[in-house]
Amino acid sequence: MSATQPEVSRKLGAAGRLNEWVNARFPLQKLLAEHITEYYASKNLNFWYGFGVLSMFVLVIMIVSGIFLTMSYKPSATEAFASVEYIMRDVEYGWLIRYIHSTGASAFFIVVYLHMFRALLYGSYKKPRELVWILGMLIYLALMAEAFFGYMLPWGQMSYWGAQVIISLFGALPLIGEPLVEWIRGDFFISDITLNRFFALHVIALPLVLVFLVVLHIIALHEVGSSNPDGVEIKENKDARGIPVDGVAFHPYHTYKDVVYITIFLILFSLVVFFAPTAGGYFLETANFDPADPLVTPEKIHPVWYFTPFYAILRAVPDKLGGVILMGAAVMVLFFLPWLDRCKVKSIRYRGWQYKTALGLFTVSFVVLGWLGLMPATGFYLLLTQIFTIIYFAFFLFMPIYTSMEKPKPVPERVVYHA
Amino acid sequence: MTDDTDNRRRHFLGVATGVMGLVGVGFVAYPFLASWRPSARAMALGAPVEIDVSRLEIGGLIKVEWRGTPVWVLRRSQDMLETLTLPEVVNGLRDPESRQSEQPEYARNTHRSVREEFLVLIGSCTHLGCAPLERFEVAPADLGPDWRGGFFCPCHGSTFDLAGRVYAGVPAPTNLVVPPYTFRDDNTIVVGLDTEV
Repeated sequence: MSATQPEVSRKLGAAGRLNEWVNARFPLQKLLAEHITEYYASKNLNFWYGFGVLSMFVLVIMIVSGIFLTMSYKPSATEAFASVEYIMRDVEYGWLIRYIHSTGASAFFIVVYLHMFRALLYGSYKKPRELVWILGMLIYLALMAEAFFGYMLPWGQMSYWGAQVIISLFGALPLIGEPLVEWIRGDFFISDITLNRFFALHVIALPLVLVFLVVLHIIALHEVGSSNPDGVEIKENKDARGIPVDGVAFHPYHTYKDVVYITIFLILFSLVVFFAPTAGGYFLETANFDPADPLVTPEKIHPVWYFTPFYAILRAVPDKLGGVILMGAAVMVLFFLPWLDRCKVKSIRYRGWQYKTALGLFTVSFVVLGWLGLMPATGFYLLLTQIFTIIYFAFFLFMPIYTSMEKPKPVPERVVYHA
Repeated sequence: MTDDTDNRRRHFLGVATGVMGLVGVGFVAYPFLASWRPSARAMALGAPVEIDVSRLEIGGLIKVEWRGTPVWVLRRSQDMLETLTLPEVVNGLRDPESRQSEQPEYARNTHRSVREEFLVLIGSCTHLGCAPLERFEVAPADLGPDWRGGFFCPCHGSTFDLAGRVYAGVPAPTNLVVPPYTFRDDNTIVVGLDTEV
């Protein structure tokens, strides 16, 4: 606003003149103001609100470490496994770059799941933030695809057989199933051709999609404004200058707090990278230290931990198509959350016992399903899987009923600051 | 500029241009989508494979690779063939007559093969493509007293009899797939070519 007035900036010397020159041609000042220095977010954001910034931070880590891995990796069935070993042993600091990338994959899902859980806690998906939620869900879908394609690249046993299982899910579709599977693989089996195209999708197509969706997610968020732990719309209470009285500028107030979150994150991240890069076989699975062999199936096949809740749901029904539909539904039902929740109150602080109980059960079922996805799908485990699958879906299917029965507590006019 | 714009004409031209553009996008998209289909080289590498079974002992199984998938040839003994009609086996099967399963017409019979003795199968579970294990012993501890030999998938616990027929109550929906094959002579099986009926 004021900074672009020529009389002021002419006195500022060379830097000021450059600033003026740029802003006459590109709205730099305007963009920075709109999204950083004059973007007002509620002053009472707690640590749950740090996971959005952390997700972006991990995205940057993944892109940078990924670019450097691409420089030494060979996307061919005969060379892929050896090239990863080469990165680990011969490339200077190759082990570090690879462990950053592999740990980053799990870290990405940890922060994204917590980011999504935040939305469930504080009703961040509710009007007027439905599109922020939907764009976020699209990011989650793209992230799952990105992780799946990336997991195939080391061409170990679990890469190969994991891909075999996931790709053959499409074969369950009636009529188009088999031709579709052949089209995805580009061969009669998962081969060099499949590896090469998954590499292209992993390093070019999906990163572009992800970055594009993140930009849209943030534009949508900055249009409607961030939610907060009280579920109060801060824009409804502005001062004389039109600034929300409960808001503080993203920079410097929230950015400085985010630096603390990033520091804590980096401490934990480094602990894994340097001291437990395989995380006991959960981040880097033991079976993947053997090269891919199309003729020998590993003893136990399961996806990496971040997919196991959905994998458990897939196995809950002893029917291929039924399992695939159920698994797809388990992800897609999240898109409808803004319309399934009938309660007007956003924050869990003021909601009734119904939603609190349901969210608790849902969280437990998601975690337990994640564990069950790593276990064999037989006997007692299968029974447990079926019980928790029912709880998972009940959270969504009965949501319109139990949320309209809620008797929420009164929501305050202004945000409440908990010191 | 006065308000003499023909808005209907303008709208029509806009829509017509848009539709033509979409048709163009469709034509351009085709080669890109088609490029994902198996290439000429992949098709050529998917050519038929010959298997010499002259030295395969009775009760023995050999595995060969055809189109990147394991193809199994099991030379069944008389005892093994007799299990295929036992009531404790047949009554437990989901699709004993292979009605819903994938096999060439000439292998749609009780023994699911051209010649009774030789069972030719794709060694890949019809559930999610894992490789089942051969478990030919009778009544082992983990598979129960009714087990008369067959295949067991370690991934999700699907079980199959000695003709690759799936048992009921397991995740695999259909019997193990029989690939197209033919006998060139008494001792040579060609996988990938159909038997002339």
